[in-house]
Parts: sequence; C-alpha cells; structure tokens
Amino acid sequence: MLLNIGPAHPAMHGIIRIVARLDGEQIVDADVDIGYLHRGFEKMSETVDYNGVIPYTDRLNYVSPLINNVGYCMAVEKLLCISVPERCHYIRVIVSEISRITDHLTCVGASAMELGAFTVFLYMIKAREYLWELVESVTGARLTVSYCRVGGVKGDLPEEFAEQCRKAFEETRRVLAESDALLTRNRIFVDRMSGTGKISADDAISYGITGPFLRASGVPYDVRKDCPYASYDRLEFDVPVGTRGDNFDRYLVRMEEMQQSMRIVEQALREMPPGPFQISPQTGRPLPASEMVDEAKVGNIPAIRDAYAVTDPTLDGAAKSQHASIATGEKRVFLPPKEDTYGNIEGLMQHFKLVMYGHGARPPKGEVYFAVEGANGELGFYVVSDGGNTPYRVRVRPPCFAIMSALPKLVVGDMMADLTPTFGSINMIGGELDR
Amino acid sequence: MSDDAGFLTSRLDEAIGWARKYSIFQYPFVTACCGMEYMATACSHYDIDRFGAGLPRFSPRQADVLFVVGTISQKMAPVLKRIYDQMAEPKWVVSFGVCTCTGGFYDNYATLMGIDTIIPVDVYIPGCPPRPEYVLDGLLKLQAKIQAQHESGQRPAPEPRPELEPEPWMPPR
Amino acid sequence: MDAAALIQALTERFPNAVRSSHAYRGDATIVVSREALLDLARALKDDAAFQMNFLMDLTAVDFSTFGKKPSPAFFASSGVAVRPSAELPDEHPWPGPPEVPNAAAALGAPPVPARFVVVYHFFSLPLKHRLRVEVPLEEADAELDSVTALWAGANWLEREVWDMFGIRFRGHPNLKRILMYDQFVGHPLRKDYPVNRRQPLIKTNGDVSSH
Repeated sequence: MLLNIGPAHPAMHGIIRIVARLDGEQIVDADVDIGYLHRGFEKMSETVDYNGVIPYTDRLNYVSPLINNVGYCMAVEKLLCISVPERCHYIRVIVSEISRITDHLTCVGASAMELGAFTVFLYMIKAREYLWELVESVTGARLTVSYCRVGGVKGDLPEEFAEQCRKAFEETRRVLAESDALLTRNRIFVDRMSGTGKISADDAISYGITGPFLRASGVPYDVRKDCPYASYDRLEFDVPVGTRGDNFDRYLVRMEEMQQSMRIVEQALREMPPGPFQISPQTGRPLPASEMVDEAKVGNIPAIRDAYAVTDPTLDGAAKSQHASIATGEKRVFLPPKEDTYGNIEGLMQHFKLVMYGHGARPPKGEVYFAVEGANGELGFYVVSDGGNTPYRVRVRPPCFAIMSALPKLVVGDMMADLTPTFGSINMIGGELDR
Repeated sequence: MSDDAGFLTSRLDEAIGWARKYSIFQYPFVTACCGMEYMATACSHYDIDRFGAGLPRFSPRQADVLFVVGTISQKMAPVLKRIYDQMAEPKWVVSFGVCTCTGGFYDNYATLMGIDTIIPVDVYIPGCPPRPEYVLDGLLKLQAKIQAQHESGQRPAPEPRPELEPEPWMPPR
Repeated sequence: MDAAALIQALTERFPNAVRSSHAYRGDATIVVSREALLDLARALKDDAAFQMNFLMDLTAVDFSTFGKKPSPAFFASSGVAVRPSAELPDEHPWPGPPEVPNAAAALGAPPVPARFVVVYHFFSLPLKHRLRVEVPLEEADAELDSVTALWAGANWLEREVWDMFGIRFRGHPNLKRILMYDQFVGHPLRKDYPVNRRQPLIKTNGDVSSH
C-alpha cells in the first residue's frame, strides 16, 4: 500500500512529503520529498550586503537563530581575517548556548506532544518563553534576532543579565526535572522510542550526519570540542554520547545537552572579561541624540565632547563606552558608536560608507568555509567573495539535510507508528532543510 | 410584521455569531518561523484557548479557520489552495506573518508574494514573526468579523490588490 | 595534518590530477581535473593518511560574473571605498577562480576561468583535518562523476547541485529536482537566472513582484 504523508500534516516540525510503501503496518520503502519551504536564501544573499544577510540567516534554523548568526559572522570574519574582542566571543558563546537550549526544548517538546504527552510540550514551551524573554532583553527580539554583526555583536549584555539568566535557568531546570520525571521512565514513552529509528555509526557518518543524532549513535564528534571556535576551548563542558543510536538515546542526549549548555553559560558569565559598565557607569553625561546632532551641526563640538548619546532603547548596549568590548577595531567593517556618528565627521563618513546602498564592507576576493556546532549538527558556511559589497556566493551546509536524506534508512523496517517518534527526533527544521 | 421578522433574524444572527466566534476550530497550516510564535501563542503564557480558539483540528474538513502560518513557496501554493477548497463554509482565513500577507523580504523565484493572490484572506497579521500580542489582536479582529457576518456565511468581496507601479525612488535590481 | 602537509601529500600522490592548490585563510584547497575525481575521492576515503570519512558538503559556484558586477552606488568607485586595509595578513593569497585548460592553451592562450566549479568539503574525524576539493567545469559540458557509492550523503547533495545549477552527475541513482518542483524550467542559482522570475504553478491574481 502506498501512503502519502504530507506536505500538510499534523506533525509540528515542518512541511515535507513522505511517500511510504507499506506492507500491513510495516514500512517497506519511504521516499522523501522536500523543498516546500525553499525560500531562496542563497540567491537572496547575493543581492544584499554582508550585514544584510544576517536577517536571512536568522530564518534558517529559526528555533536557534543566534547560532546561525554567529556561524555566518564568524565565517565572514575569517574571510576578512579580523578578530573580535574577547568579551564579544563570550557573549556569542552565551547566546549560542541559550539558542541551543531553546532548540532542544522545542524538539523534545514537540516530539513528546506527537506521542501524546501534551503536558510536557506545554512545560517546555513555558521554559522556552523564559529564555525568549532573556534573549529579548539582550537582542530586542524573541525569535528573529539579527544580533550578530560582521565584526562583533549589536550591543553588550544588559546590566541585570546575570540575574535574569539565573532566574530563567532556575525555571528551565525545574521544567527539565519535571519533564524528565514524566518521560524518561514512562513505560509508553520508552517503549515507543527505544529500538525505533536505529542507525549505526558507520551509516550515520556515510550520510554526513553530525550533532546529537550522530552522538546518540556513539560517535563523539562535536565541533565545539574538536574544532573549537569563539571561547569554547577555554570552557569546561561534557558532550553526552549515546550507545544504541535509537530515538530514546537521542532524547537522552538532548536532555543532557541542555544541562551542559546551562553549565557553559554560567561558566562564561563568571569568566567573561568585564565590560565597561561593570567597571564604572557611563563616563559621559547623557544627552539625547537629537540634541547632540544639532550641536554638532552648528559646530559646537566642545559641548558634546564628553556627552553620552541617549538613543532609542533598541540601541542599548552599543554606546561608546561599550563599543570596544563588542566590536572589532577594524573601522571599515563595523559601524561607529552613535556619539561618533553624530559628533564628528569621521564617524559620519564611516557610518555612511558602511550603510548606504551599494557601499558596505568589502572583503578581499577569496573563499572560506567555517563550521559551528548548530543544534542539529555541524552548521557550515561557505562564503565566496569577489571583492564587491555583496557576497558572491553564500552556501550554508544544513545539518538536518544530511539527517533527512537518511530518513528512508531510519524508518524502513519499522512500523508506521514509529515514523512519528523518528521524525520528531530528527528535529527537521524546514528553514534549514530547504533554505 | 416585517419588523418582527427582522428583529428575530438579527437576534439569531447575533447569537450564531457569538457562538461561532468563541468556538473556532483552527487549521494551523504551519510552514516556517511564524510557527514558533504560533506555538507560543497557543501555549500557557499567551494562551489562545481562553478565546475559544485553542483546539487545532488537523483536518480541513473539520476546521473553520485556516491559519496560514509562515512562508508559502510556489511549490506549496497548490497544496494550500487544495486545503482551502476542502474546507466547508463558513470558513475564514487568517494570514499570519508578513510572508503570507505580502511575501516578506523573500522577493524571489521561489515564494508566493502573499496568499491573497490565491485565496481570499479575512485578517492579516503582519510581523516577522508577530508577537503573540499581535496574534491575539488579530484574533479579536477575526472574532469581530465573525460576529458581524451574515448568517448565510457570505463574506464581503475581497478587496482587489492595488497594482504596484515601480516608483522612481525604488532601487533597480 | 595541517593544511600545507595535506596539500603536499595529495600533490605527491596525484601529480597529474591536482592542477593547483592553496591554503587561503588556512583552508587546504586543491583544484583537480574532472577525470581524476573519483579516484581521488576513493583514496581520500580509504587511505590511512587521509581517512576523510565525512563528506561535509557538496556544492557548486557559478563564476560567470565574478568581479564584473558594477556597484550601483554613488561614489562607490572613489578611493575611500570601505575595503579592509592592505595590512591584513595574507601569507597564502587566493589565486582566483579555478580555470579550465583552454583548447588553445597549446598556442599560448591563457586558461579561461571555469563557469562552474563543484566544491567538495571533506572532514576526517580520526585525523581532524579538513580539505576542500574544487573541480572546474565548462558550461557546455557540465558533467561529473557521482560519489554516491562512497558517501551516501552525496545523493541528496548532488541532486541539489543539479537542481540549482544544472550540473549532471554520472552514475547518480536518482538525479531529479529536490528543492524546486518538477515543472520549474531553469536552474535558479545560475547567475543568469533573474532573482524574481517566478513560474507559478497555479493561477495567481495581482502577484506583482515588487522592487
């Protein structure tokens, strides 16, 4: 019997079409049809400048947008061969790990819901809300954040971040403990998840699978440990590795990874080099930006020399005193602080030459590949530049593309009902799969 | 006598409208990032269930509101049209997220620039993705529309899309 | 092995296949000829010196408008263009887009840049090194051997390259479109495909492609 599943189907993961050939209840063959969310990321990124690609990267793996931002920005920084301040590395690690936690919460919550555990879904989305509030206080948006820039991040962490983070993690730990109590020794959950969707380590490597999926099959490959970037080599954390390669091991690996991510963030908050707001409050007297511009226009420079521009709240964390800790020193790539934009002509020119249409940072001609550990596996960016202001080619190596290509191998031999937990544990994100 | 008939039918309309608006069976046609905010609106923090719209029916035959959530690509457009056609009257369509309203910033070969090019839309909720508060606002507007709708299920004709002439200030591609 | 040692080992092993190599920004890259790809890939996977068990990525680049797009901006060509400074470390300069040997090379004509370049990214988990292999192809003859027999993940990756660029893979079990629909005409990521040329499957009304 031929059964067509999708593209509009109840599983909450994404639109995909699986044509399954069944023999009774057993799946004999499965053909996977993707591309229903193809939005032309790679073509669009050839039409905007390097920083303009960042909103498109948010929408790739939209449950962990900050990891995509960090990956792309670090790839372009490798191409430009510029370095960012130490504090900026730590900030990127912190937001990446928070994104990883939200991704795993969504994945485990949605797959639990598909198996009938609706309560666990509600608990995990509640925890995700706390983390999104945390992300919103840093970046200004809950989901599509566009936080990183080529050469740094948009703004520094807010003052009360450590306290907010502590509270959010307390809630998250409570939710994880509750979900663990509800699922891990639950007879129905264990029966449905164990033994289904098995893949051996060799097969997984042959398909190019990475991330929690591969680690559940027993291969300890994690880009953060094996090819470390940002400040991961200075942080201590464990990478959970499974044994059997079935859905239950993937669930356990993801639950443990969330705990490890929280450990990384707490460590990073302790070890981060202090930002200027922790040393002293803003060193200038506050002056609304519009007044500063007016004073600069009439040439009254002495009046604004020691002033601190009070701008829109969306620009919090990007003031002149904090600029050195979030931005690279390379002026031709990163925007100046607003005090310089409004206050002197060099800043104005720098700002103009970076934001106006057709201008922008111009990396040298070349190509780079840079990989970060996405929530699903190795997220690689291959950027080719021809010396112009728009990228010549941006290729994103999507981790769940490899996993989905192995779906026929995962489900053949299992029952029809095992398709649901397997598909759930793949964590297929349409934005990343189809780009 | 005709006044009495008018009074009764209008009271009946109101009652039916009231019952309909608080018992929305939605079909969440979730494709992309907006789905995350849809999940957030449906869950405990923002709770769409208090408006009676918390029960997703995953079959178009059983649903009356089609929430189109997330970008619709050209490949997906025939599927959306078929799902819309399969729904029984009275039905309403909510366009959730700017990709479904006008196409968002994905102005390329792969995307449908707004679902109102293929199906009529009742409420547009822009945002990329819209905050849950906007979604609830859109839902309240939809409820007002349902309440005011004639008992026969006829909806006013959809407004035609304005033609966009290229303006001199628009950058060339 | 680090990038230089890897390139050295590969150039010694396949002197005829490897046309050029570089290690721009530390990424070991070799440009190989199309005929030698399958043997090279087999050796990369099986040899104890390389052990490239991961085919991380398989993609293509269309170099037809490389460096040719003029900037539409006002004063873009002025000397104060925002380019990173000339003092950037550049021990391994980038040699430019890969070239195909020109039929007229015997007469002394310079090699032409290839239109398509298929790019493979390999990673070795035991030895923790990465390699990029580039295969330049001409437009008229955009065909290549498939490596699906060696890495199962190449199946979908090659289908995507076919879909987006129109490069055929000989020996691929199922070469059909993967991201676009079958009725789509053309290959979208080619530089001559305009970004907003739509081919709707069903009739739409008022679908204006805005600017």
